[in-house]
Amino acid sequence: MVNQDSRPVPEIELMGVSKRYRNAAVAIEDISLTVQRGEFVTFLGPSGCGKSTLLKLVSGLSPVSGGAVRVNGMTPENARQLVSFIFQDATLLPWRTVEENVGLGMELEHAARPARKERVAKMLDLVSLSHVAKRYPRQLSGGMKMRVSIARALASRPRILLMDEPFAALDEMTRDRLNEELLRLYSEQKWTVLFVTHSVAEAVFLSTRVVILAAHPGRVAHEIAVDLPWPRTAATRESKAFEEQVTQASRLLRGVYQA
Amino acid sequence: MKRKAIVVMNSVIVFAALLGLWQALVTLNHLPAYILPGPLAVAQALRERFPSLLNSLLITAEEAAGGLIASILAGVAAAMLFAQWNWLRQLLYPYTILLQTVPIVAIAPLIINWAGAGILSVTIVTFIISLAPIIANTTHGLISVDENLIHLFLMYKATPAQILFRLRLPNALPNLFTGIRISAGISVIGGITGELFAGSTRVGEGGLGYAIIYASNQMETGYLFALVFAATVLGFSFFFIVMFMEWLALHNWHESKRAHTAE
Repeated sequence: MVNQDSRPVPEIELMGVSKRYRNAAVAIEDISLTVQRGEFVTFLGPSGCGKSTLLKLVSGLSPVSGGAVRVNGMTPENARQLVSFIFQDATLLPWRTVEENVGLGMELEHAARPARKERVAKMLDLVSLSHVAKRYPRQLSGGMKMRVSIARALASRPRILLMDEPFAALDEMTRDRLNEELLRLYSEQKWTVLFVTHSVAEAVFLSTRVVILAAHPGRVAHEIAVDLPWPRTAATRESKAFEEQVTQASRLLRGVYQA
Repeated sequence: MKRKAIVVMNSVIVFAALLGLWQALVTLNHLPAYILPGPLAVAQALRERFPSLLNSLLITAEEAAGGLIASILAGVAAAMLFAQWNWLRQLLYPYTILLQTVPIVAIAPLIINWAGAGILSVTIVTFIISLAPIIANTTHGLISVDENLIHLFLMYKATPAQILFRLRLPNALPNLFTGIRISAGISVIGGITGELFAGSTRVGEGGLGYAIIYASNQMETGYLFALVFAATVLGFSFFFIVMFMEWLALHNWHESKRAHTAE
C-alpha cells in the first residue's frame, strides 16, 4: 500500500468497525482505533463489550460486518504471518512434547529441520523451559503451559501479538511473574500488542495505553495513556504512580459497569 | 504389592471352589456327560481334541481379525470423509446406525448366499458387525476439536489436510481405540455367528461356530464346553491386544492413562 503522507502506516487500524452475529444483538458498533508500532494496548470492559471479538477481527479469524480493519496496511488475512494469537487456555496439543508444540508453526510452514530445532531451543531458553523440552503438556503446571504457549507464539517471529486473557486462569503470583517476563521480552523484541484482560492492575502494569470498552453494543468508552516509567518491574507495582493509575482506571471502569 | 497378591489368591480360591462345586454336582447326581460334563471331562475333551480345537480357534481368529482390521481401515476412512464434509455426514450417518441395528443373524445367510460358504463370507459378517462402532466413535473424535486449536492452525495458514492429519486425527485417537475395543469383542461373536451358518468348506474342518454345531450334533458335550472356553479365551485375547495397543499409543500423553505414569 502506498503511503500517501509522511506519517508511517499504523500497525493496526480499525475504521468504523462493527460486528453482528447471526440472530444476535450487535457485538461491536463503530469502533475506530489506531495503534502505532510498538504500542501495548490493553482492552478492559464488562462481558459483552466485544473485547475478544475485537482480537478475532484483527486476526481475520472472524470477518467484520461493517467498516474495515488494516494490519500494517494489509487485510487481516494477508497480514497473518505478522501476527501470533495467544489464547486464554494454553491450547497445546496434548500428544506432542513441549518442543514439538513450540515447533508446530514452523513444521506447518515446512521449515527445515535444523533451523526448526535451533529456533525451538532458543524459544524454550527464552521462557526458561529448556529443562522440560521432552515432557508432555499434562506433566506441566498451568503457568508452564502458558509459557510454552508464549514460546510457540514467539517462534514465528511475530511483529504483532494478540493476547486474549492469557493469564486469567493462573494464580496471582504466577500471573505477576509472567507479566514481568512478558514485559522483559516486549522491551527486547518490540512487538505491537493487543491484550485483553479483566484485571485493572494487570492492564495498567503492562500497557502504554488502556482502552475501556462499554457493552451492548461494544464501543470505546475511555482511553487512558499509561505513563509509568520503563523498565517496569515488581517494584513498579508498589509505586505511588502505579496506584494512582490503577485508581483512575478503576473509577472509569466502574462508570462503564454502572451505565 | 502384598494386597495385590491377596486379591489374586482370593480369585484363584473362588475359581477352584466353583470348579469343585461343579464337579461335585456332576459326580453326586451321576449326571451323564452328554447332559452336563464335569470340569474333569471337559479337560479330557480339551486334551484329546486339542489339534482340531486349535485349528477351529485359528480359523475364527483369522476371520475376526480380518474383519476387524478391514472395519478399522474402512471406518476411519469413512469418518475422515464425514469430518471433512458436513453434508456428507448428514446424508450418510443414518446408515451407520442402520448398520448397527441390522440383525446379523438375519443377514449372515444372505452373505453366505452371495459370497459362498467359507472364510470370506464370515470375514464379511465380522466386518459388517465391527464397522459401526469404529465410524461412530472416530467421527465423534474428529469433529470435537477445541475451536481455539482450529484457530491456531488457521493462524499458521494450515491446509485442510494439515488440520485433518495433525489435529483432528490425533485428537480422535482415544475415540478410535474406544471403537476398536467395542468392535474387538463383537468381531469374535460375529465370526462365530457367521460360522454357524457358513459351515465348512471341507468335511470336519471349520471355525469355532462350525465346531460347536458339530459337537452339539454329535452329543460331544465335553468338547462343546471346551469350544465355548476357547471362544471366551479368543475374545479375551482380542480385548487385551487392543488394550495393549491403546496403551502404547496413548500412555505418554492421554489423561485416561495418567495412573500409569509416576509424576
